[in-house]
Parts: sequence; structure tokens; C-alpha cells
Amino acid sequence: MRKLFDLALTVNGTRHEQAVEPRTLLSDFLRHDLGLTGTHVGCEHGVCGACTVLLDGEPVRSCLLFAVQAHGHSVTTVEGLGAIDQLHPVQEAFRQAHGVQCGFCTPGILTTVVAFLEGNPDPSEEEIREALSGNLCRCTGYQHIVDAVRLAAQTSKTAHEQPAR
Amino acid sequence: MKPAPFDYYAPTTVEQALAHLAEHGDEAKVLAGGQSLVPMMNFRLVQPSVLVDLNPIPDLAFIQPDENGGLRIGALTRHYQVEVDPLVAVRMPLLHEAVPKIGYPQIRRRGTMGGSLCHADPSAELVAVSVALNGRFRLRSPKGERWIPAQDFFIGLFTTVLQPDELLVEVALPPLPARTGGSFMEVARRRHDFALVGVAAVVSLDGKGVCRQVRMVFLSAGDRPMEARRAADVLMGQAPTPEAIRAAAEIAASDDIDPSSDIHATAEFRRHLAKVLARRALDQACRRAAEKK
Repeated sequence: MRKLFDLALTVNGTRHEQAVEPRTLLSDFLRHDLGLTGTHVGCEHGVCGACTVLLDGEPVRSCLLFAVQAHGHSVTTVEGLGAIDQLHPVQEAFRQAHGVQCGFCTPGILTTVVAFLEGNPDPSEEEIREALSGNLCRCTGYQHIVDAVRLAAQTSKTAHEQPAR
Repeated sequence: MKPAPFDYYAPTTVEQALAHLAEHGDEAKVLAGGQSLVPMMNFRLVQPSVLVDLNPIPDLAFIQPDENGGLRIGALTRHYQVEVDPLVAVRMPLLHEAVPKIGYPQIRRRGTMGGSLCHADPSAELVAVSVALNGRFRLRSPKGERWIPAQDFFIGLFTTVLQPDELLVEVALPPLPARTGGSFMEVARRRHDFALVGVAAVVSLDGKGVCRQVRMVFLSAGDRPMEARRAADVLMGQAPTPEAIRAAAEIAASDDIDPSSDIHATAEFRRHLAKVLARRALDQACRRAAEKK
């Protein structure tokens, strides 16, 4: 039996400690060990984007990371973006713009978009499409997803422009 | 499929990492960004029994100017860091142009320069660019260190001169000569797919506008980065007219590359793409060179 690794990391603000095999992928650790099945596994080789999570705020492929590599780091999954009764503004924009159909690609797209808008709050359509180039969707044809990102950016911009009362 | 079991080490210094490699030799694989290695492990195309993770080592990621006007880049520098670095945009515009074409945005957050170069995929953008820019690689082992020119580093498909107990720690890119222009182009069916063919071209002009240095390197056109030496010979000492560029591009496609056929493209189609890209890239590189002082 190979040596287990004493993993300690923060996921969606909560600290977790668990002994894991080094070969356990972060995607599988999140889904099976922590029960956070919002992160989806589509291809397991880095091309589909469904498994994208935020590692210390950066969008990365959780299927291409071993859970042990997140030791001492902070992971945000789609569950950490918002709750059903308090959606993240990006989630709200996707709801309004009908940017979701089956929902399989959506968690990876949401984490990607949240990180993208933080770095580029007023993107052009070309920049939005470029930012989404690492996420595959089989249902929507992408147009409503692009609309949702534009709506999220616009809503955020308007919120910042309004003077505080 | 899931990866086969392995023992995992996370050293915090280069010396510790080298000690692990010295102990385990061929049984060990180095983990940097993991964006090429982990897919292969997930498919069980590789099954290392030991993984040495370089990510916790702090001083392997850096982008620094050298006093001659060139750049020194640490092996663990992420593609994303190179992409957004203003010094890279100014001193190495060819690198700045090529990096956004690597994989997808999420891949570039983890993928590293050293990892891409050591993986030595002939379709990797950085592999061709490092040769086109006359890069030099610093390799460290328990016995000491050595510097290898980029063109001597890649010796075959996914094969470099790196020994089992060696680590690539740094890439040095020399300053561009005056009146030098570069161009990077690649063709893929879908945006960000692996390139069917790509090219990195660097041209330096003399005071009269004649080509005095030409370097053109193809990706996905052989089992390693393919340097178009005969094409460069044709263009050297010539003014970069459309005829001269066309002649160079034809020679490059017919004599300087060795593309293979696969499910994505035939060798003939790759030669055709190479000819078109070479012509466009040389044209753009010459224009950019002419714009410089």
C-alpha cells in the first residue's frame, strides 16, 4: 500500500483535512470525498472545461491537478459562488439570459467567467469569446452564454456607477 | 481512466528536487504545470512510479531583464505570467504573440515554460519560438550545471538531451538585434486546437533594407522544431521582395520540413499550409523589421 498524503486545504471557505492517495485527482476529491458534485468531469484530459474551478482565485482544470497539489491552498467551486436563494450576480445573469440548458458545462463556465470579469470588467464580445474558448457547450451554441457574460458585466458596471445612498 | 499509483514528493528547493531525481532516475517524472503530463497519466500512457512536484519551489518562476536587453525566464513561470508581462511585450514581441495561442486560458494559468520545453512536443508553440529566438537553456543536476542552445536541446519526438537527474531551471533569451521583426502564425481547425502547422519567423535587416539574418522555425512539421535553413539561405543578402519571400517559402515547404500524415491532416496539406504561412510570416516579419530603427 503506497503512502497516503495528509491533505489540508480550504474549499469554499471551509477547511478540510483528509488522508488521500497522491493519484487522486482534485476533481474526484471534490466530487467523491467532499460530495461537491457541482464540478463536472467531461473529458479528463483538459479540453472540455467542465471541471474548471478556482485555485487561489485562478481558473484551472481540476482534472489535471492532483488533490495533493492543493495542499495549503484555497479552492472555489460553483457551490462557493452562490446559493439557490442568493445567486452570484454572474449566475443571475445566466438565469436571465437563458445561458443554461442541460447545465453540464455550466459550472466550469461560471468559475471561468467569474475570474475573467474580475480581471476584465468591461470586455468586448471578442474578448468574451476568447475567454470562453476553453469551455465546450453542446447545447446552447454559445450565443446566450456570451449574452449572459455581457449582461453580468453590464449589471456590475451599472451597480458601481450608481452613487451609494 | 485514472492514473496508476505513484509516490509523491513536493520538494521546496531545487537541491531537494535534484536529490529525488538522483535517487529514482528513470522511475521518476517531474511535475510542473501538469497540463501535458497529467492527461497522459489519466490515459495511463505514462505510469511513473515517482512524481517530483516542482510547484512548491518559490524561486523557479521569474521574468527578469538581463543587462544586455534580453530576458531570463524561470522554468516554472506560467504561460499566463508571460502573456501579461509588459517586459515580454517590449523585448520579445514574438514570444508575446505566440503565448496566447498555447492551449486555452485555463491551461495557461498552470502550464509552464520549462514544462512545455521539456515535454518537447513538436506542435508546441514555445518549442519553435525558443529556437527562433536563439534561446539558451540552463540545466542543473547534482553534478553541476550546463547551458544548452535551444536548437541542440530537442533531439526527437518528445525527446530532449535532458538526463534523468537533470532539471531545466531557466531560459535565457538574447536581445533582438536592431531592425529585427518577428511573426508567429499557426493554423488549427478550431481556435486553440493543436496547430496543424505553425511558424515562427525572425528577420533582421541592414541599413539598406537587405536581410542580414533570417531564422524561421516550423511547429507540427516534423518530429522536432524544424528550422528552415535552406529558406533562410535563399533570403539572406536579398531585399525582402514578394518574389524573394515566395521563393523562400517554397523551399521551406519542399526541403526544410518533414511533416507526417495523421487523422487531422495529410503531409501534403501540411506542406501547403507551411508554404502559405511561411510567406505570410516572412512578409510580416520583414515589414515589422523595416518599421524599427
